[in-house]
Amino acid sequence: MASKTISKVNERIRDGSVSVLTAEEMTDYIREHGTEKAVREVDVVTTGTFGAMCSSGAFLNFGHSDPPIRMQRAYLNGVEAYSGLAAVDAYLGATQESESDKSYGGGHVIEDLIAGKEIDLHAESSGTDCYPRRMLDTRITIDDLNQATMVNPRNAYQRYDAATNSTKRVLYTYMGTLLPGFGNVTYSGSGMLSPLSNDPTFRTIGTGTRIFLGGGQGYVIGGGTQHDPENRFGTMMLTGSLKEMNPTYIRGAAFHKYGTSLYVGVGVPIPILNEEIAAATGVSDSDLTTEIVDYGIPRRSHPLVREVTYEELKSGIVDIDGSEVRTSPLSSFNLARRIADELKGWIADGEFFVSAPSAQLPARGSAKPMRETRGQLLVQDAMSGDARTIRSDACVKDAAELIIEGYFNHLPVLSEDGTLVGIVTSWDVSKAVARGDVGTVESVMSRNVVTSTPDEFVELAVQKMEKHKISALPVVNETRKVIGMVTSGDLNKLLVRR
Amino acid sequence: MKMVIHISSAMQDPVIARVILGTGVEINVDRANIDATSGEIVLEVPIDACNRVARAFEREGASVSVLEHPILRDEDECVHCGACISVCPVHVFSFADDWRVAMDESKCIHCGACITACPHDALKIVSE
Ligand code: SF4
Ligand code: SF4
Repeated sequence: MASKTISKVNERIRDGSVSVLTAEEMTDYIREHGTEKAVREVDVVTTGTFGAMCSSGAFLNFGHSDPPIRMQRAYLNGVEAYSGLAAVDAYLGATQESESDKSYGGGHVIEDLIAGKEIDLHAESSGTDCYPRRMLDTRITIDDLNQATMVNPRNAYQRYDAATNSTKRVLYTYMGTLLPGFGNVTYSGSGMLSPLSNDPTFRTIGTGTRIFLGGGQGYVIGGGTQHDPENRFGTMMLTGSLKEMNPTYIRGAAFHKYGTSLYVGVGVPIPILNEEIAAATGVSDSDLTTEIVDYGIPRRSHPLVREVTYEELKSGIVDIDGSEVRTSPLSSFNLARRIADELKGWIADGEFFVSAPSAQLPARGSAKPMRETRGQLLVQDAMSGDARTIRSDACVKDAAELIIEGYFNHLPVLSEDGTLVGIVTSWDVSKAVARGDVGTVESVMSRNVVTSTPDEFVELAVQKMEKHKISALPVVNETRKVIGMVTSGDLNKLLVRR
Repeated sequence: MKMVIHISSAMQDPVIARVILGTGVEINVDRANIDATSGEIVLEVPIDACNRVARAFEREGASVSVLEHPILRDEDECVHCGACISVCPVHVFSFADDWRVAMDESKCIHCGACITACPHDALKIVSE
């Protein structure tokens, strides 16, 4: 069986005889020539991805001021950096927002630093004998920093769920704008160009692997946070110096009504040492699957809508229950390709050497959910189970009487078979009476009833009421029979009791 | 050609109908927002009838602007991620062969959906 070593590959890089293909080119190559020839003829395959990677940030060292300060709070262009490390070190996280402008965050500061822009630094301290300074304001550029080291706890997910929205309203999420009624699908990851998809068992990737990071040379630290290889959700923790990076490949981003993030460009070279490694790099978009899930349900696990391949996602249209739904990637394939090409050029020009990891990324393990010691309150803990209801063909006067009798403001309206069809409030009824409208309840009720279920989290029910500016929700079961009523007063009482 | 008509809400007359009947031009209403104080209507008008239609609206007391570049993209900010593609109701954006995002801005009806959907603040609506 054909094979070669890392030092052989580096020898070829040194003497200029190395042969490099991007992961897209390699897929065609393997299809045509097979893996044995690939091991003989191809030395390195380059991958690339460019997308929103929220779990990113940088350690900055500012040097000491005179008189010196031990920064307890530090702000860069108004964005707080965590400074609970020594005196003048700070970690600036990509999703930290500016105190004054929600559309500017840590990711933008990192981009501006790399672009060489001047940044306002403000720091505060309580002052000590050795660090007497209490306040500091200055302007710095990346050249003034001793170190500016990107350390990204979780980057380059092997794959990621695609998102859609079953609800009736537009959702603004970290997966972008999701249109109502399964109006679109958004997804991320670069499919067949994606680093971990080309080495899904981590034969060549691990601690110490030299990579392309943001336009400079960086390294894999190890498995990223939430690394979950058993479910094909592997991640990497990455590092590299901001001073070597290029603002084309590191971009601050802001997701409307969600917050800020950072688009990071990552390229991993895969040395083709044997046929298994070669075979894995032959992967194509039609082999790579992920799941479309419903972000309309704001729970930890979003319900599965369907499985899908990256080929379908990239075609621009996927089928959901017989309708054609348009897709939007959030990652840029154009830049992913440019990254794979640029890394290929570095290797071909002898500027970049491949490395053997000192430890491979863990191939086992999965990500656990949070342990929560306080159970979440449910609507059934707060609702009143004896809701009064009225039939839609009853007359308005009956509704008025029921409301007066019961001292409540909301009356769910039922159809003949007892399912919920509307709601009338004391306001609807008074308005009808004042206008001398004495028709049926059906003519005055509102048909858009926002409902709850007994197992809904109290916190989500409260948000629902705030969003719709209403003060009560009928609680319904699976067949839309009303089993109770819950008011904002009930929920608040319950939350206060805790 | 897209055209934006601004009217004040004091105007009660069926302005659009009158212009269509008066000019005999087939006009498509792409979008209309009318609230308590003013209204904005985006129309698709055949290019050779643009001047005639614009003058007819002006005679009715409306102000008119023609949208030559209804939407502008800052090429330095755009990363060709495609987040704008699926939110646009009239398919202004699409992928070219090299996965750059191409734009056919002549279709734009000024709905604003792409402006908030762009994570890189690259898109702007041109008002006039
Ligand atoms: S969403 Fe913005 S950055 Fe992405 S392709 Fe569209 S204009 Fe460019
Ligand atoms: S404003 Fe944007 S989303 Fe709306 S029509 Fe124009 S290009 Fe499409």
